[in-house]
Amino acid sequence: MMRAPSDELPIRFENVSFAVRDVRAIADLEWAIGGTGTTVLLGPNGAGKTTLLRLAMGLIRPTSGRVSWGGRENVPPTRRAFLFQRPAMLRRSAAGNIHYALAAAGLPRAERNTRATTLLTQVGLEGFGERPARQLSGGEQQRLALARALARDPAVLFLDEPTASLDPASTKSIEDIIRGIAARGVRVVMSTHDLGQARRLADDIVLMHRGRTAETGKAGTFFDAPSTLEARRFLNGDLLI
Amino acid sequence: MLEPASALQLVLSGDPGLFAIVRLSLLVSLSAVLCAALIGVPAGAALALTRFPGRDAVVVILNAMMGLPPVVVGLAIYLLLSRSGPLGSFGLLFTPQAMIIAQTLLVAPIIAALARQTIEDLSAEYRDELTAMDVGPFAKVATLIWDGRFSLITALLAGFGRAAAEVGAVIIVGGNIEGFTRTMTTAIALETSKGDLPMAIGLGVILMGIVILVNALAWATRRTGERYGAA
Repeated sequence: MMRAPSDELPIRFENVSFAVRDVRAIADLEWAIGGTGTTVLLGPNGAGKTTLLRLAMGLIRPTSGRVSWGGRENVPPTRRAFLFQRPAMLRRSAAGNIHYALAAAGLPRAERNTRATTLLTQVGLEGFGERPARQLSGGEQQRLALARALARDPAVLFLDEPTASLDPASTKSIEDIIRGIAARGVRVVMSTHDLGQARRLADDIVLMHRGRTAETGKAGTFFDAPSTLEARRFLNGDLLI
Repeated sequence: MLEPASALQLVLSGDPGLFAIVRLSLLVSLSAVLCAALIGVPAGAALALTRFPGRDAVVVILNAMMGLPPVVVGLAIYLLLSRSGPLGSFGLLFTPQAMIIAQTLLVAPIIAALARQTIEDLSAEYRDELTAMDVGPFAKVATLIWDGRFSLITALLAGFGRAAAEVGAVIIVGGNIEGFTRTMTTAIALETSKGDLPMAIGLGVILMGIVILVNALAWATRRTGERYGAA
């Protein structure tokens, strides 16, 4: 099932900066998220990846410049969803967590059971519905958080280091789900430290360095023929400081 | 050495005077906890979720008020309710209602301070998720109170323990009138001074039993919360 187009896209960054106590995490950034596919944000710690995702979601506001969704500012996240690096599990069952997100998204009560079952199945947690969410393993919690994000039927899904600190099996299952989500027409924007993961999932790459985009482009081009010194050094495994 | 045996006999015989005292004690303390919860939980939630100049000072004062001396609270309520006080016309002094008011004032800061801590911690944990789900402010407060329910129940039980065990406030504003405002703690104080040790010991045993029961309930509540991943 392809998603309906959303009026929250494209997301446009115009001369955006974000600073905390004079330290700029994002500096004079121009960027747009539209179309389809998966964009992966790469870059060293502190490059501004998480801040960029939070700005795009609308969780924080730029210190200067403008972020707009479909041409408008301050648009509530109706068709946007976010998977945090360490998602907070609500103190309820796995199904209860999804029911909560469905209610928040405004789905009628009568439809929530069926939809919650579908979402749990989609992330491979069928049969886990009654388990307390906080007692699931790290990988299971991350998949539950993904199902909770999908409860909003998002047009764009942001993921902040979704597999950091997960074992390879959990990482693979998360990647498979992300691939499936992107295949259904959801715009995926994620950050990662893992170059292998970027190769496996990315259609486009944005390399961040010191709050700016150092290089953007198609994943194939980025990995095979990077055009900037920063990208070449990053791919070589040199430290970008 | 006959006192403990006599006390046990008194408890087991279902002495009506003794059980009237127990009943009034429970009525006063439970009513006070209910009133204190209605004040303390919303006040704690409001303090947890708002930022204003001087907030840190309010938090420190609220935390300090958890240790309010009961006699001072009793004195303050006495002055308010006495015939010449601002609320004297209601004629509440030396009634169970006055005792409920005094214990509410003692317990509300405990519930408010613990509720503030619980809700503030939970809010820090949930803030991003609830914002990303576009949850409105009222639904957010309801979520935080519901998800903090096991900790909040523990706070209510702590408040009840404080109310049931205190003597200073109720003796000042209640007057320890037999059959009307005499509670377990005031009766123990009086009977001991009169030398009626079996009655004092009997009431002491019941009071200890109640305190142990409340602590067992608090423990069970926390265990239940942990079992369901809710603590």
